Amino acid sequence: MERPLTQALRADGAPLDIDEYERAGGYRALRTALRELQPAALTAMVKASNLLGRGGAGFPTGVKWQAVPMGPSARRPKYLVCNADEMEPGTFKDRLLLEGNPHLVLEGMMLAAYAIEAEVAYVFLRWAYQRAEETMRAAIAEAYARGYLGQHIFGSPFSLELHLHTSAGRYICGEETALLNSLEGARAIPRAKPPYPQTSGLWGKPVVVQNVETLCNVPVIVERGVDAYKALSRTDEGGTKIYGASGRVKRPGAWELPMGTTIRELLEEHAGGMRDGYRFRGLIPGGASTDFLGEEHVDVKMDYASVMQVGSRMGTGTMVVLDDRTCPVGMVLSLELFFARESCGWCTPCREGLPWVARTLAAIEAGQGQESDLELLAQQSRLLGPGHTFCALAPGAVEPLQSAVKLFRDDFLRHIRERRCPFRGQAA
Amino acid sequence: MTLTAEEKREIAEEQKRYPDRRAACVEALKIAQRSRGWISDDTLRELAAHLGMTADELDGVATFYNMIFRRPVGRHVIFLCDSVSCWVMGEEALRARLKQRLGIDFGETSADREYTLLPVACLGACDHAPALLLDRELHGDVTETQIDALIARRG
Repeated sequence: MERPLTQALRADGAPLDIDEYERAGGYRALRTALRELQPAALTAMVKASNLLGRGGAGFPTGVKWQAVPMGPSARRPKYLVCNADEMEPGTFKDRLLLEGNPHLVLEGMMLAAYAIEAEVAYVFLRWAYQRAEETMRAAIAEAYARGYLGQHIFGSPFSLELHLHTSAGRYICGEETALLNSLEGARAIPRAKPPYPQTSGLWGKPVVVQNVETLCNVPVIVERGVDAYKALSRTDEGGTKIYGASGRVKRPGAWELPMGTTIRELLEEHAGGMRDGYRFRGLIPGGASTDFLGEEHVDVKMDYASVMQVGSRMGTGTMVVLDDRTCPVGMVLSLELFFARESCGWCTPCREGLPWVARTLAAIEAGQGQESDLELLAQQSRLLGPGHTFCALAPGAVEPLQSAVKLFRDDFLRHIRERRCPFRGQAA
Repeated sequence: MTLTAEEKREIAEEQKRYPDRRAACVEALKIAQRSRGWISDDTLRELAAHLGMTADELDGVATFYNMIFRRPVGRHVIFLCDSVSCWVMGEEALRARLKQRLGIDFGETSADREYTLLPVACLGACDHAPALLLDRELHGDVTETQIDALIARRG
């Protein structure tokens, strides 16, 4: 099985240095593109590859790039930002690339910058990722030392300055317009769209923001060509995907596999099934802001379209498994406490609604809930849903909530009727 | 404590990366916090003047981000991940152990000012849950026994 993003990773977990990366074929795609491809042709290739944004939203990457004003009349400098603020609970895929294959991230950034004619690029890195900070810092220095960054890269007219920005921690920084405010040195609150960042983003100039894994796919598209890239996938959505599983499975981990690998294959073959003494009850397929799926959904393919068809989202593709000895109410409470804490406070429904949801869940978990609380939670799920808030944080927060209240209704009712958590004292 | 020449040099170095000197304000807060442990009102005012911002503007930034401290913290900060994977894998037991050993819960500092305990959102180490950061050092697959060892090592 082909794993173009991860097959060169060293077994000892140390990052590939620039020589190792080049021996494995690294920076060939960039040389090819600078020699043979016009920026618009590169964008057209990425669009034809059907690479969908790997940060969780699944927006077509080529379409995003096409919205950037091009040519001599475009306002400059233009910017390219790598969103490395990985902070979606349950997600640990970008870390693998940042720590293990930093030059692939850089080559992807350089190609994207070339496609949109950007002069300046930033890696927006999460403060907690200390090792990734070290590997990225070293890789950027290596690339500058070889002349792969800076003026006239590989003797071409293309020049790029690339900087590392380490943030100070806040989930909302992953939202692209909030990230731009953060990079400008302000509170990371989201912005109204339009204008879209591609036309007026960073310091009022055009910018494209892409997730780490998305950018790492770009050299693969150039190197292999559109058809071979699409053939890596089992579905219409191009390429491979770094999937992951955590919770009480035998072998928690992350694996690069063909896009469209089923949940069952991920759980049984790659994660090794459930730990002895635990049974599967459900999962959130791609981070905290995705709806729970149950046993009846394990044969669903993990791609954006297929997971959406069964009422959830693939999100980041790293699933968190709920077992039969873990309390579903407690799990949802953990999720909602996270969202309540990380709400940026900018808009009222999110700032006030999420703590209300968390308090209601905490009361149920503590045996102090009422049956009418379930209707309250359902109502909050609607009021915090799409169209009622400034950004996607609260709508994301209610996805696991609304699905848990339906899927695990009996567990909620037992807490309320028995006036205690029936799982307390028996979880291992 | 006023900003040292070395700190001002570091801040100037960061400012080179951005077209607007205020953009380095998050970095400047981190630089000032490194030796002081936290950002006092005096430090905030001095930094703001240095960056060409009002103190209120900079405070808006300082209070927004999780790892800028506007109150004193202990010599070490334990960031315990309480997000979903770590919660499933036993975060509550670790929190209880820390409370038992250090007498502190989330948001509190031990009486000897050695440790502050804070919750932190997902550390991206879910395959090694439960996880924590001791200052900026990541520990995964943490057990209650390891908590004791970690504290003993630093103590």
